[in-house]
Amino acid sequence: MTAPIVGAAIRRKEDFRFVTGNGHYTDDINRPGQAYAYFLRSPHAHAKIKSLNVEAARSAKGVVGVLTGKDLAADKIGGLICGWTIHSKDGSPMKAGAHPALAVDTVRYVGDHIAVVIADSPALARDAAEKIEVDYDLLPAVTTPDKAQGSDAPQLHAEAPRNTVYQWELGNKKETDAAFKSPAHVVKLKLTNNRLIPNAMEPRAAIGEYDQGTGAYTLYVTSQNPHVARLVMSAFIGIAPEHKLRVVAPDVGGGFGSKIFIYAEEVVCTWASKKVGRPVKWTAERSESFLSDAHGRDHVTEAEMALDAQGKMLGFRIKTIANMGAYLSTFASSVPTYLYGTLLSGQYALPAVYVEVDAVYTNTAPVDAYRGAGRPEATYLVERIVEEAARQLKMDPAELRRKNFVRTFPHQTPVIMNYDAGDYEASLDEALKLIDYKGFPARKVEAQKRGKLRGLGFSTYIEACGLAPSAAVGSLGAGVGLWESAEVRVTPTGQVEVFTGAHSHGQGHETTFAQLVAGRFGIPLENVEIIHGDTNSVQFGMGTYGSRTAVGMTALVKALEKVEAKAKRIAAHVLEASAADIVLENGEFKVAGTDRKLAFHELALNAYTGHKFPTHEIEPGLKESAFWDPLNFTFPAGCHICEVEIDPETGVTKIVAFVAVDDFGKVINPMIVEGQVHGGVAQGIGQAMLEHGVYDPESGQLLTGSYMDYTMPRADDLPSYKVGLTETPCPSNPLGMKGCGEAGAIASPPAVINAVTDAIGIKEFEMPATPERVWRAINSTKHKSAAE
Amino acid sequence: MPGVSMTVNGKAVSGEVEARTLLVHFLRENLRLTGTHVGCDTSQCGACVVHVNGKAVKSCTMLALQADGAQVTTIEGLAKNGELHPVQAAFKEHHGLQCGFCTPGMIMTAVDMIRRLPDLDETTIRQQLEGNLCRCTGYQNIVKAIHAASLEMKGARA
Repeated sequence: MTAPIVGAAIRRKEDFRFVTGNGHYTDDINRPGQAYAYFLRSPHAHAKIKSLNVEAARSAKGVVGVLTGKDLAADKIGGLICGWTIHSKDGSPMKAGAHPALAVDTVRYVGDHIAVVIADSPALARDAAEKIEVDYDLLPAVTTPDKAQGSDAPQLHAEAPRNTVYQWELGNKKETDAAFKSPAHVVKLKLTNNRLIPNAMEPRAAIGEYDQGTGAYTLYVTSQNPHVARLVMSAFIGIAPEHKLRVVAPDVGGGFGSKIFIYAEEVVCTWASKKVGRPVKWTAERSESFLSDAHGRDHVTEAEMALDAQGKMLGFRIKTIANMGAYLSTFASSVPTYLYGTLLSGQYALPAVYVEVDAVYTNTAPVDAYRGAGRPEATYLVERIVEEAARQLKMDPAELRRKNFVRTFPHQTPVIMNYDAGDYEASLDEALKLIDYKGFPARKVEAQKRGKLRGLGFSTYIEACGLAPSAAVGSLGAGVGLWESAEVRVTPTGQVEVFTGAHSHGQGHETTFAQLVAGRFGIPLENVEIIHGDTNSVQFGMGTYGSRTAVGMTALVKALEKVEAKAKRIAAHVLEASAADIVLENGEFKVAGTDRKLAFHELALNAYTGHKFPTHEIEPGLKESAFWDPLNFTFPAGCHICEVEIDPETGVTKIVAFVAVDDFGKVINPMIVEGQVHGGVAQGIGQAMLEHGVYDPESGQLLTGSYMDYTMPRADDLPSYKVGLTETPCPSNPLGMKGCGEAGAIASPPAVINAVTDAIGIKEFEMPATPERVWRAINSTKHKSAAE
Repeated sequence: MPGVSMTVNGKAVSGEVEARTLLVHFLRENLRLTGTHVGCDTSQCGACVVHVNGKAVKSCTMLALQADGAQVTTIEGLAKNGELHPVQAAFKEHHGLQCGFCTPGMIMTAVDMIRRLPDLDETTIRQQLEGNLCRCTGYQNIVKAIHAASLEMKGARA
């Protein structure tokens, strides 16, 4: 029985420590005797290291060690890995170059790590790094995906000719080609998905500590998945066996994907703590975050969609080049393939889809998963081309979508996914109502009178999250299974400790997980503690990304079921009844139909005192664990609509209304879900209107390397959003939930750009919609119409 | 190294710092008041906002030595006798935080904003938050929290 606490907008348990300044982030931790690391980074995008002389730095004031790639190699510390092997269409495995934590002969992007200086203070380490002499032999650089495969492009890795990591395909090619034989309409679109820099507000940090007595390492790190960090650093990089490596990810200040990956600095600080005999701490400056956090997106795509005369979609053909940056980051290869190609059917009953993706190396920071990861790129493409189709066919964009929606479930797409539940019309209708779609023509006329351009854009998106069924991802090349674990320990005095492999870095797990426990056992929320982020406490887990909380929560439910079952057997013995007759009601175990009962805390005490029941039949204690491997992906879906008003004189674009209607299945805490939507939409609007990670194409210098140059959305850049929910429960997990973390960032960019292009009356337009770009676009249409 | 003395959260403190030490590092490293955060290196993000002599200041733009003799309040000094300040309570009530990293700076900025501008509306709050970045919330609930706190504090004054 579920008590009303599940589904209620419970205020967050974790907030007290955050609003009072008592959070414990990695940089807040200091270890006795710690020294500080400073990483010397390449100022060049591509160069051979002719010589590297660190002697002067070694003897500088306060320095306790200077280490280079040669020292790493001498200690047989392996390079960083990519954990998902993608196969090209010819069957060959992807072609990956080595990724040493400290460069040995060659640097491949501005910010690539060359050496680490460890000193008594951060300032002394930085001072000493200036004494390192590096002699570079400069090489030409390539930064954009469209140029990387050219015969004249500089080669980054000998293993990957023409900088091509893989040439992947998905879908039914024959049927797709057939669909394009003689359709009534073909809609073509070229577009770029702009490079983004994640910018969690807490910069990355790491403290490595080696215990000489036990031979064990501890790494405190800004990680979304400490167990994966431990596994990779142990099994692949070779720092220490897993039982001699503890990884702690305390409070983490946002991740958005960028803190999933195993980075050079974490490996080096851990390894170096033994080399110098002191804990080694490193905290990124924001400039380092810009240079060396994994970036997101950066695709160029050409696509075409075939439709019949009535607007029924017949086929969709896509060619994408995805920028991987200079090295393959931890999950980079999966992002433009299985997290992208699989979503290209959108919400539509498309009979034929065929996508080809080339992944390429360039002299830029590695690109990996960033909020949504592949799914925003898919949605941006699908929803822009569908909107363009409506314009070309002169149909209402809502009606064209409605005509093509998947309506029966389960629905097998041509690109792997099996949609299990949804009602796309319900979210579209609700969004049309919230935006007052009928009133739009009048608003447009009214804006025209004021000399302003109004536009409206749709995005009816679908995504796949709750990553992921292990067998499915394993067959597609994933190096790990993506189940989750949970352990529930009831204390003898009746509180509950939950150990979860999920990690909370803003998602509010300490509240939502506790809601499940309190709801089930009828105990106060304050009596539940959620413990996560420490490999010494939690046995194993895959961490949090891709709305994996749906997986972690299901593992918790499974563990709670086991606890309840055992508790009932204990109650049966104590109350001298049959276990089948014990019911759990409002926090009490009762013998059905009698007044005999045990309060939850009485039951707990009985479990541990043990003398109340025969231990040959029931073991003492009350502690259970469960592993949950999801049966399918989950498929959040919905409709976002954006309305913009543009000043044609300046190109300044204002979002006058933004509506988000999402179907996340069952909701545990609507307040937190709404907050996730707000944040996701803000990041999506950021991509659509403000953010762009830009490298100089000649020098390979990052031109957007600080908050002075990279436009983060600020409070007065963003509107207030209207948020609505529809609900079709997810059939593949017992909670019926789908996950809500990525939807906002996935759905919103096409809604914004469809609105901008609607207002201007233009087809090709690249994000971000800065005033300059919008002004130029308006003026290009003026010139065109003047010439006609 | 030069000495520096100031009053932080009502307590007299002093220490020795390198001349180049920023106020935020003095607070975090010397005094171990780690509620004040560092989110950037260009004075853009506002995670480090504290009050110096009653005014909101980005503590990464000020040397510790410049705060010699000053009255400094950090996020740790805002709650009184275990009671949350109305702005702290409003952030919790209106879900104005997610990861919590920008929160101390946001709250210190908001307290100063409400002191300076008693009649806040949504547009003004958004403009006044120009110096504070949040990546999690999309700002909507931060704006809501500040507005609610300003109304409550106005009511308390009336």
